Amino acid sequence: MKAPEIIRPDSYWQKQDEIIGKEALATLQLEHLTKSLRRVYSNVPFYHTRFDEAGLDPENIKSLEDIRRLSFTTSDDLRANYPFGLLAVSKDEVVRVHTSSGTTGRAKAICFSKNDIECSATLIARCLVMTGTGKGDILQNMMTYGLFTGALIMHYGAEKVGALVIPAGPGNTERQIQLMRDFGTTVIHITPSYSLYLASALQQKGIDPRKDLNLRRAYLGAEPYSEETRKKIEAIYGIDVYNSYGLTEMSGPGVAFECGYKNGMHLWEDHFFAEIIDPETGEVLEDGQEGELVLTSLRREAMPLIRYRTRDITKIITGVCECGRTHRRISRILGRSDDMFVVKGVNVFPQQIEQVLMGIKGVAQNYQILLESYDHLTIRVEIAKELFDGNIEHLLQLQTEITDKVRADILVKPKIELLEPGALPVSEGKAKRVIDNRTM
Amino acid sequence: MDKVMQVSVFSENKPGRIEKITGIFADEGINILAIAITSTNGFGIIKLLVDKYERAYEKLKESGFTVTLNEVLAIEMKDSPGGLYEVSHILSKNSINIENAYVYVVESRARAFLLVEVKDIEKAKESLSKEDLKFFKYAEFKLA
Repeated sequence: MKAPEIIRPDSYWQKQDEIIGKEALATLQLEHLTKSLRRVYSNVPFYHTRFDEAGLDPENIKSLEDIRRLSFTTSDDLRANYPFGLLAVSKDEVVRVHTSSGTTGRAKAICFSKNDIECSATLIARCLVMTGTGKGDILQNMMTYGLFTGALIMHYGAEKVGALVIPAGPGNTERQIQLMRDFGTTVIHITPSYSLYLASALQQKGIDPRKDLNLRRAYLGAEPYSEETRKKIEAIYGIDVYNSYGLTEMSGPGVAFECGYKNGMHLWEDHFFAEIIDPETGEVLEDGQEGELVLTSLRREAMPLIRYRTRDITKIITGVCECGRTHRRISRILGRSDDMFVVKGVNVFPQQIEQVLMGIKGVAQNYQILLESYDHLTIRVEIAKELFDGNIEHLLQLQTEITDKVRADILVKPKIELLEPGALPVSEGKAKRVIDNRTM
Repeated sequence: MDKVMQVSVFSENKPGRIEKITGIFADEGINILAIAITSTNGFGIIKLLVDKYERAYEKLKESGFTVTLNEVLAIEMKDSPGGLYEVSHILSKNSINIENAYVYVVESRARAFLLVEVKDIEKAKESLSKEDLKFFKYAEFKLA
């Protein structure tokens, strides 16, 4: 495998904004926050009430910490105010709406002004230039176009930096491969699970992505995945994989993104104010502590959100990044506070298990976590085809190794089922890793 | 001595796996001479002695099976009292430990083969070449 590409230090899209000094950034944040709070107070009844309840006067904001007095905005608040309840501009100013429908209840609607779309495209442009993508690159966008923001916002940002964009969308793997070969795709934007599926499809066709394709890098987002999985994908394709973070509520991808050093994602703090909280108590945590990311949009016009609970678990990485950017980094998403499950009284994130599995030789990419009771955890693991040697002892050793390593990490002894490769359903979208058959 | 290759297939312990494998063999005209199944902890390995192992391997692989070939000893013995004793005596005399074994009966009450998996096949073959033993030959069993 090639060494990770370290992008030239002068590769910035908005240099002054990206290397802004700490104090200047704080001043800028406070300025935008104050403006935003004033606007929502006058225009959004929901926030007006919230401010009054908290006794917070938007004309008298002294510091960024003042917003801690406000309670959080949650996805339930978005649902309750569906579709236009949280608009801070007149409906005429809205040029786009994206919705995300949960499996339960009503959808969430996120509205964009012309300038909101321009801002998010600009943030993506920063991310792309930061990771070496620009004119001459061919970006195959395998995220879903439509109500989901992932593909569209990336699309605009990529065009902004002069890349050629192939709006492939997800799925139809045969055609993806054809496009990659015909156009010499250099960059892919893809979910982790689909990238693994695509890799096995390439392998089955006898195509070696390291030799037969022109790929240089991939942007992975939309699902949490482990560092081990990143390494696996990098090795299979012979490329650099960069982590991308975003959510529709904050205008889509490009909220935070990795630079060439791949050590956490720079969160664009001139557009978002970030806090990490304890998901149980709501208490704000110190930098470096793991918790739920809470974001306040600083520049969104159509639908500003104050202290929005993302449900994503991460932590602030302290220290200065070698790339020169001053925006603080967040770690890869360790899980969704929604995905966390409890077994034998222990809190477990599926990503912890994935991290362990992907580090074990003999384990293939696909796995499933099965919860049948509150005391038992079953992990179904596909074995790696090429390591099968016909010796049952070796399979038993593998089973024991997985059991021990998982137990060491999550403190619960799992039952390990070894499966034939291909036994588990493959996904072309977001992978469903946890099957919870328990009833309350 | 022919290189006798056993086809080993990984399988979850669930209905229909053997049916699928044997169906593929039937379509391809592959004859099964002997079969052994080891299963434990929810999975198993199906071991097969067939007349055309390369074809069997390729076809199973194409059908998505997790499959491998490994060499075994196939030693002829009498299918009568004392037959297995004679062979196992020679194995033990040569300090060859049996990891796994099963039998292919060619002609009932007359002739059979003991199929033996050992740790070090080359060493075992070398020691046994000095013994008065007959081994399996594919030529004898290949169907037209």
